[in-house]
Amino acid sequence: MTTAITNGDIILEFSYLLSAIFFVVGLKLLSNPETARRGNLWAASGMLLAMITTIVLHRNADGESIRVANLVIILGAIVLGGIFGALVARRIKMTAMPQLVSIFNASGGAASALVALIEFSNPENESALVTLLGLVIGSIAFSGSMIAYGKLDGRIKDLFSRWLTYVNLLILAGILFLLVLVLVSGMPFETKQTLVYVLLAVSLVYGVSFVMPIGGADMPVVISLLNSFTGIAAAMAGFIYQNQAMILGGIFVGAAGMILTLLMCKAMNRSLINVIIGAFGGGGAGVDREKGIVKEISVTDAAVMLNYSSRVVIVPGYGLAVAQAQHICSEMDQLLEANGVEVKYAIHPVAGRMPGHMNVLLAEADVPYEKLVEMDEINPDMPKTDVVVVIGANDVVNPAALDDPSSPIYGMPIIKVHEAKNVIVMKRGMGKGYAAIENYLFYADNTRMLFGNAKDSLQKLVTEIKAL
Amino acid sequence: MEGILQFFFSNKETIFIIALTIFLGLEVISNVPSVLHTPLMSGANAISGVIIIGGIILVGHADLANLSEGSHLLNLVLGIFALLFGTLNVIGGFVVTDRMLEMFKKKKK
Repeated sequence: MTTAITNGDIILEFSYLLSAIFFVVGLKLLSNPETARRGNLWAASGMLLAMITTIVLHRNADGESIRVANLVIILGAIVLGGIFGALVARRIKMTAMPQLVSIFNASGGAASALVALIEFSNPENESALVTLLGLVIGSIAFSGSMIAYGKLDGRIKDLFSRWLTYVNLLILAGILFLLVLVLVSGMPFETKQTLVYVLLAVSLVYGVSFVMPIGGADMPVVISLLNSFTGIAAAMAGFIYQNQAMILGGIFVGAAGMILTLLMCKAMNRSLINVIIGAFGGGGAGVDREKGIVKEISVTDAAVMLNYSSRVVIVPGYGLAVAQAQHICSEMDQLLEANGVEVKYAIHPVAGRMPGHMNVLLAEADVPYEKLVEMDEINPDMPKTDVVVVIGANDVVNPAALDDPSSPIYGMPIIKVHEAKNVIVMKRGMGKGYAAIENYLFYADNTRMLFGNAKDSLQKLVTEIKAL
Repeated sequence: MEGILQFFFSNKETIFIIALTIFLGLEVISNVPSVLHTPLMSGANAISGVIIIGGIILVGHADLANLSEGSHLLNLVLGIFALLFGTLNVIGGFVVTDRMLEMFKKKKK
């Protein structure tokens, strides 16, 4: 049944157009440090506009507006979800940020899957293809993000074996088969309905088995990829309602997420396929080369070395984040600067558990933006650097990536700290890094180890430097 | 196959827009300093919560008078969950992105 177009309908569509423009402008502004915060507000305003106009003006195919009783339920759910989301987002520690983004992405995926599931049983919905695609993609994004969360939080260990790759291909084939079966066969609706639940279950399983074998070090790439999936799933749901704001917003985020994923892969010098299928971690014994001896350094010696050098570069890694050492690190930096030492931070594109993770943490500790130097810019200066302090980073400074073709990380660009005059590595113990690869940097002649929790070590260093 | 072609034809305007939107998305993001990857991912994630509109439409037009009929009640409950999850994604996403970016701003003084 079609009803005459009213002014409300026109205003609604126009507001969707505005929302889509707000999303694009928002993301554009978000990609520049100067305007990023404004960009986020633009995107949020676009969303608010679309929500309000939908609530007030949306009419179904019979021309009915949203009733008051339904309105109460909608507002209740929004207020509840909103308060909870805002509270979690405000309270969470900066170090747990990647986990939180995974959780939010999982809930977006779940919402898309639920909408698709309900709409499949709606007889007025004629686009079964997009509905099912939304269901599959949304479910994969949901369960995959939950596994990514578990890995980032250290609750789930990597599970890799060759056969899992084949199992995954098999599940994927199963999903395609079910999709085609439901779409083209002439079976009764009840049977299809049951098959759709099977499809939902298989998709959820696929999300798990897809992320399970991917190494924890690659989680940033996975989250970005799943983020792109969530966008696409939302766009599919948008097709069901012929809703331009959903279609445009979803596809736009899907494309943006995809390019961000590829940029991250590029930063690690690996292809997306290699990340998804390639084995990472464990195994890769590599050539057995001559290990030197590990040499420790005392806190006092380290303090003297730092205080009397002219150029110091700090290489932060996940260890800094885990130890919550960003503030004390910034304090040491300020002390050294006051004593005439030039201090810079070398940021590897995939340091931490998320690209830009280190930047966010250091910004929280009031480290000026200009002091954070990207890998490619700082590498040529390494031979001129007196002391490099590696705080809880491992794989991103492993020289095996440059010269050991048998190493699993061979070819990944690294920060060439081994070229500096002296290297101090702060580490809890001699354990291997996230990718579980031996690091020959620790045995090099110009390397000294400072064992202990990064925060404690830095605290002691600060005390020593003050005493000098 | 015929279904897919039919789908393409009846949605051709939208599909044109989608093709262009993909290029727009690639173009807007392709030149981003890695400093901003995390906030950008988080902001994009919040936008993907646009599925919340679907949740509003679903719950908004649910027939509250005939809940006992068929799977109406189940659908309403699932719809409310979709709305809850969507809001969590949208509000949480924008708030956390703002929190990250707030820090970038502070140090500039």
